[in-house]
Amino acid sequence: MLGKRFSPRLSFITHLKKNLAFVRIILLSSLLTPQFVQAEYGLNLPEGVTSISRDIYSLHMLIFWVCVGIAILVFGVMIWSMIFHRKSRGAVASNFHESTAVELVWTLVPLAVLIAIAFPATKVLIDLENTEKADMTVKITGYQWKWQYEYLDEGVSFFSSLDQASKDATRDIVARDKHPNYLLDVDNRLVLPTGKRIRFLMTSNDVIHSWWVRDLGVKQDANPGFINDSWAKIDEIGVYRGQCTELCGKDHGFMPIVVEAKSEADYKTWIAEQKEKQKAAAAAGDREWTKEELMAQGQKVYSGSCASCHGVTGQGIPGVFPAITGSPIASGDVKTHINIVLNGKAGTAMQAFGKQLSDSDLAAIITYERNALGNSAGDIVQPSTIKSAR
Amino acid sequence: MSTTTTDLQDEIDTHASHDDHHHGPEKGLMRWVKTTNHKDIGTLYIWFAFTMLLIGGAMAMYIRAELFQPGMQFFDPQFFNQMTTLHGLIMVFGAIMPAFVGLANWQIPLMIGAKDMALPRMNNWSFWILPFAGAMLLSTLFMEGGAPAFGWTFYAPLSTTFAPDSTDFFIFAIHMLGFSSIMGAINVIATIMNMRAPDMKLMDMPLFVWTWFITAFLLIAAMPVLAGAVTMMLTDRNFGTSFFDAAGGGDPVMFQHIFWFFGHPEVYIMILPAFGIVSQIIPTFARKPLFGYSSMVYATASIALLSFVVWGHHMFLAGMPIGGQLYFMYATILISVPTGVKVFNWITTMWRGSMSFETPMLWAVAFVILFTIGGFSGLMLGIAPADIQYQDTYFVVAHFHYVLVTGALFSIIAAVFYWLPKWCGRMYNEKLAKVHFWWAVISVNVLFFPQHFLGLAGMPRRIPDYSLQFADFNMISSIGGFAFGASFILLTYIIVDCIRNGKPVNGRVWESAKGLEWSVDSPAPYHTFDTPPTRKQILEETSHIGH
Repeated sequence: MLGKRFSPRLSFITHLKKNLAFVRIILLSSLLTPQFVQAEYGLNLPEGVTSISRDIYSLHMLIFWVCVGIAILVFGVMIWSMIFHRKSRGAVASNFHESTAVELVWTLVPLAVLIAIAFPATKVLIDLENTEKADMTVKITGYQWKWQYEYLDEGVSFFSSLDQASKDATRDIVARDKHPNYLLDVDNRLVLPTGKRIRFLMTSNDVIHSWWVRDLGVKQDANPGFINDSWAKIDEIGVYRGQCTELCGKDHGFMPIVVEAKSEADYKTWIAEQKEKQKAAAAAGDREWTKEELMAQGQKVYSGSCASCHGVTGQGIPGVFPAITGSPIASGDVKTHINIVLNGKAGTAMQAFGKQLSDSDLAAIITYERNALGNSAGDIVQPSTIKSAR
Repeated sequence: MSTTTTDLQDEIDTHASHDDHHHGPEKGLMRWVKTTNHKDIGTLYIWFAFTMLLIGGAMAMYIRAELFQPGMQFFDPQFFNQMTTLHGLIMVFGAIMPAFVGLANWQIPLMIGAKDMALPRMNNWSFWILPFAGAMLLSTLFMEGGAPAFGWTFYAPLSTTFAPDSTDFFIFAIHMLGFSSIMGAINVIATIMNMRAPDMKLMDMPLFVWTWFITAFLLIAAMPVLAGAVTMMLTDRNFGTSFFDAAGGGDPVMFQHIFWFFGHPEVYIMILPAFGIVSQIIPTFARKPLFGYSSMVYATASIALLSFVVWGHHMFLAGMPIGGQLYFMYATILISVPTGVKVFNWITTMWRGSMSFETPMLWAVAFVILFTIGGFSGLMLGIAPADIQYQDTYFVVAHFHYVLVTGALFSIIAAVFYWLPKWCGRMYNEKLAKVHFWWAVISVNVLFFPQHFLGLAGMPRRIPDYSLQFADFNMISSIGGFAFGASFILLTYIIVDCIRNGKPVNGRVWESAKGLEWSVDSPAPYHTFDTPPTRKQILEETSHIGH
């Protein structure tokens, strides 16, 4: 078993780790950490699973080899010179210092190489910018710090944020090593069909985000107030992971993307399931909830939607994000509380959660904030109250 | 033209003779506060830059410590973002730019046979703004809500609507740093145009003077644009305007256009003087005139002009129409032509020379190789479709650290070793300096080279924590980072040891060096070139003319 773990491919890196990663080795027996076995030591881009990603990959390799060729030539001459034209070897300096012909050659030859590269680059760019003739459209909206996916043709819409297991593992080394997709996993995946030309529309609700899935060859900024687009046709069934790539505030490093590509039939089944789920969620708002139910649900939704700014214990970050604990809103008039959660606060990072969450989830959060996190307003909020307040 | 210059020179001479101009420096602290001497001010600039380098470097150490392994180890993500932001701002505006201005202050008058800078009182002012601007920037760390945490590029609306209150102090600090830079640039241009030895033609000037001359124009053109950007931020934040807010009719992408219209010339502001330094050092230690002097001047000017028309390559993914992307791609990769010319010229200067590898030469050679590697990744980044996979990843981080650390910073270290004996009249410890060179050059590659792999493997930049597949290269990179950071302790020792205990040197520190700065004593007297050098002297000290 041990022998298997130390495949020759990994031996160099493992050796380095053994010598250098002393802190970890003291902390726990490093041989047992799964990341040693699972880690793939990526050195290069993968080819990906769309025509665009493959085109980009070929272009990337072309420029890379051109650079390697130039490097060998230039550094070769330089190193030769440094070895043979040294004073210590008795080299006598020449005095030549000008040649228009030579200058022309090393201006025109690189220019020709660049033009040769520009042709395929232009072709690929024209292709990937052409988002027409799409079979379906998904609108992607960036929020601090989650993604909203809207299937415009189906009326299905949901939010996707970092999975709870990753959140728990940020300060827990054992949990981290047990999580194969630490920080690259989400609660709700973006499910897409293979073989369809999918158009993505990107926008943002607050700051600029950027949606990147490397295997699809798609990266595009999501700008507040504007819409960008991009497209992909996924060839292979599988799970493809990515991350936000534009600094978007505190939890920029914690808003991953997971795309699950399914066959068309499986995709259709999944869409039908989502529609059922949305109906069920709407129905949940039509009944009376007990305080226990609200508090339990509230804690869950709070940790997903509120805790990244206001803190798990409600302390916030002084000067940046206000505390919930002891806040005049969470202990004062319930109408003000409902209003700020529903509609957000303009000019701040406080989002309008009315557009994001169901009546029952909103009722649960507000009840939780008023009766936990050090607050004890005592009242509860029912989903029906939220419905009428919208 | 030449009569005018001579007249001016005469006038200055006459004026100066009324004063007691053979006095030495004032004693005590007030010497440094009141000084208008270009050598004193150069020294102040360089020590300030070195201090900021150590502060910015300490922040880098924190960043690498947090990224040493996955998970959140030390502080929260908000603080991590403050560190990346301040690290970038301090290194760009506090370390690299002031270091080059310091070198310009010391060297340009010496290299063109001038008595001093043209505007000595403004020179004093442009330096003394800096410590206050730097202190104000750093003070934001201690304010409620913390320091700016939106990256050194401060994209709106993260830097406007969503930023901490301390951002207004950041804006004021940027304004002051901008004033300082513009005044420094005006002074460089005025000095080169008016104070140059009457018998020195423009095409006799050493390359370091030429590259700084061009850089100064870039500064004057670019810094006001930055000032405009931060002023619009200020009014968006405090006075209800909506330059960058779509809800009020503005556009966040417009911020990026304005920022990069400054930002791209800015990167050439940080590299053109480096080209000049390397063009001084390589001929000295190859014992051969610089190859293609005039093509070097033209290449520098071409790069400077092109630098104003390529800003869009920072924004390929911001939602740019295809025509814009194609144009910016073509213009960007075109820059590699004049840059290539420079590299080829340096190598041809070395070819069939009689080389020796004293410390300044080692740093210059490392510059040529490692800057070229940064140039290659720059070419890759310039290809718009491929940029989709590189933009905002560690590949970019690796790229700009190769051009700014092993490029700009290495050239500054090369310049310090090259001219330090001239400044203090003493020789550094060559053996220790070589140990330091190898230590730094190996560790800096361990630090930055794996970051290419991290970026291609999918790691975004500016993240405080990462998934497990990035663990190994991050750990290697951090180890390189700590080693590179530690190398600056040795560098500090070498410099202090040189100033205090170095062996005295004569005027021509490097036996094969040419240039007017080597025709004066070491240490350079407090006042030099009271009488301008003659044409004969200039010809003797300018290897690329005639022979």
